[in-house]
Amino acid sequence: MINFIILPILLPLLTGILLIFFRKQIKIQKVISTLISAISIILSIYLVWLVQTEGIQTLEIGGWQAPYGIVLVADMFASLLVLTTNIIVFTSLLFSFKTIGVEREKFFYYSGIQFLVTGVVGAFLTGDIFNLFVFFEVMLMSSYFLIVLGGTKIQLRESIKYILVNVISSALFVIAIAYLYALTGTLNMADLSVKVSELGQSGIITVISVLFLIVFGLKGAIFPLFFWLPGSYKAPPAAVTALFGALLTKVGVYSITRVFTLIFITDVGFTHGLIGWLAAFSMIFGVIGAIAYWDIRKIVIYNIITAVGVILFGVSTMTFAGVSGAVFYVIHDIIIKGALFFIIGALFILTGTANLKKMGGLIHNHPLLAWLFFISTLSLAGIPPLSGFIGKINIIQGGFETEDYVISFVVLFSSLLVLYSALKIFINGFWGEQKLAKDEEKGSINVLYVPITILVVISIAYGFGVELIYPFVSQATETLLDPTIYIEAVLKE
Amino acid sequence: MANQKIKTNDVILQTVTQIILFIIIIFSIYLFFAGHNAPGGGFIGGLMTASAIVLLLIAFDIKTVKKIIPINYILLTSIGLMIAVLSGVGSFFYNESFLSHTFDHFHLPLLGETELATATIFDLGVYLVVIGVTMTIIQTIGETE
Repeated sequence: MINFIILPILLPLLTGILLIFFRKQIKIQKVISTLISAISIILSIYLVWLVQTEGIQTLEIGGWQAPYGIVLVADMFASLLVLTTNIIVFTSLLFSFKTIGVEREKFFYYSGIQFLVTGVVGAFLTGDIFNLFVFFEVMLMSSYFLIVLGGTKIQLRESIKYILVNVISSALFVIAIAYLYALTGTLNMADLSVKVSELGQSGIITVISVLFLIVFGLKGAIFPLFFWLPGSYKAPPAAVTALFGALLTKVGVYSITRVFTLIFITDVGFTHGLIGWLAAFSMIFGVIGAIAYWDIRKIVIYNIITAVGVILFGVSTMTFAGVSGAVFYVIHDIIIKGALFFIIGALFILTGTANLKKMGGLIHNHPLLAWLFFISTLSLAGIPPLSGFIGKINIIQGGFETEDYVISFVVLFSSLLVLYSALKIFINGFWGEQKLAKDEEKGSINVLYVPITILVVISIAYGFGVELIYPFVSQATETLLDPTIYIEAVLKE
Repeated sequence: MANQKIKTNDVILQTVTQIILFIIIIFSIYLFFAGHNAPGGGFIGGLMTASAIVLLLIAFDIKTVKKIIPINYILLTSIGLMIAVLSGVGSFFYNESFLSHTFDHFHLPLLGETELATATIFDLGVYLVVIGVTMTIIQTIGETE
């Protein structure tokens, strides 16, 4: 079927609309959204397989040919991210069932989630830069809704900040696209790549590329532009924060990767050098935040910023090792951040506080949770058999190949501090004197083990199954490093 | 009678509204259908219809308007979205790519030879969504104390 690659976008969109009709029947909402989410996982596995066997899949929407109409492009990088997104959404739905509360569920919570997925998956699959903007807005509108839903004081305050920042960055996005359109006269990414390389190394292209870096940097929280993230991600409930932390910043990272491997590759020395240094500072500031706080949510939130830095450094090297490391690491990071936010959410439900100093000895009553957290911690830091290792080692190899020794050592050093920050939670929260007897706990977390275990098991399997995943990642990397593959698939020259 | 508040009498506003309402709605429908070959379309048509209902809200009150037009605007929005998306999905059955649209000429009574395009169905969805969203916003703000 020629329309296959629109299905990952269309299914959540239709589900989101359908769920509006079942506003009061929460059972039906839960069943439909989980079912569709499971189907989406199967579809995206098939999509990955399809791209693997038959190369890049494209769909010209409305039958209009590539530079004139909107085209959807599923290359390996995008397909892998779509698959990971659907896994996170599935587990996040499972996590929501017990934690989100009837009041929120009755107010279109599940529709909001489905529209968020529509935006994220659409942003991954589109091949048109203005369409990317539209899917960004779909995603952001849903995230505004999810961040404020519930209407507690902190949510209201943080959502104002979040909306303000994102409205400004969206306006900048439109301006950046306008400049690019004035220069090239096209919006299709493949066509843009051709036109920009025809223009060659002109100053204005570099200026526009930096403008795009600012826009996507605001969405993806890189060094000077991450100021909004720690507050905003603290506000909503754990299931929503997990979705945000795992997905939203990664869309910004994906866009930077896409734009700086496909379109802006004429002045690599300046632009990619800039990305490399911003990535280094993101890592430094991320770990500073992560070791500074005693609030378990803040610790994990600052780790997002570090991870964004690690991935972007891999992209900025533009070597095979570096970019493949970035692809490995972005998938690993989506899964592990989801797992960590779920565990943090479970801890919050148990203890009723996010303050690490008020916890202790949770391992006595919850050994499984403790060990799941321990595994995630090691995986996050990149201890060899687990999933974070292969990405980081490749990124560092890429860094050494381009002789970016300083930033490579920042990656290594940041891993150490990330490990310290997460083990701080383990040592203070799980070990030590038991501060909470079994019957003093604020809630039950038994059902929450399911989504957490799914993610941790996937993460372990990902770490051990690197050999199996490698062909997919290497195909993704080849496409990223050689824009002609992408251009030929889209423009069919 | 003396201590009773003087009730404002909106008879002129209400009478004028009753006439103008229909002119606005007819104009909005004209705009909706004109969209293919002239300025207009679902968005502006929907806004215009919504503005007619807003005029009704100004002249009367929310309860009366709800009685005259008993529509759940949230459902109207989702129905509109459904129509718009399904008009794209329709192309699946003809093995065309998503959102492919087609048109043909039909001989209709009264109108004669007319070009009917499936893009109108998509526009109808947009039209309903715009009305639904606008009215939901206005009603929600109007009802909050």
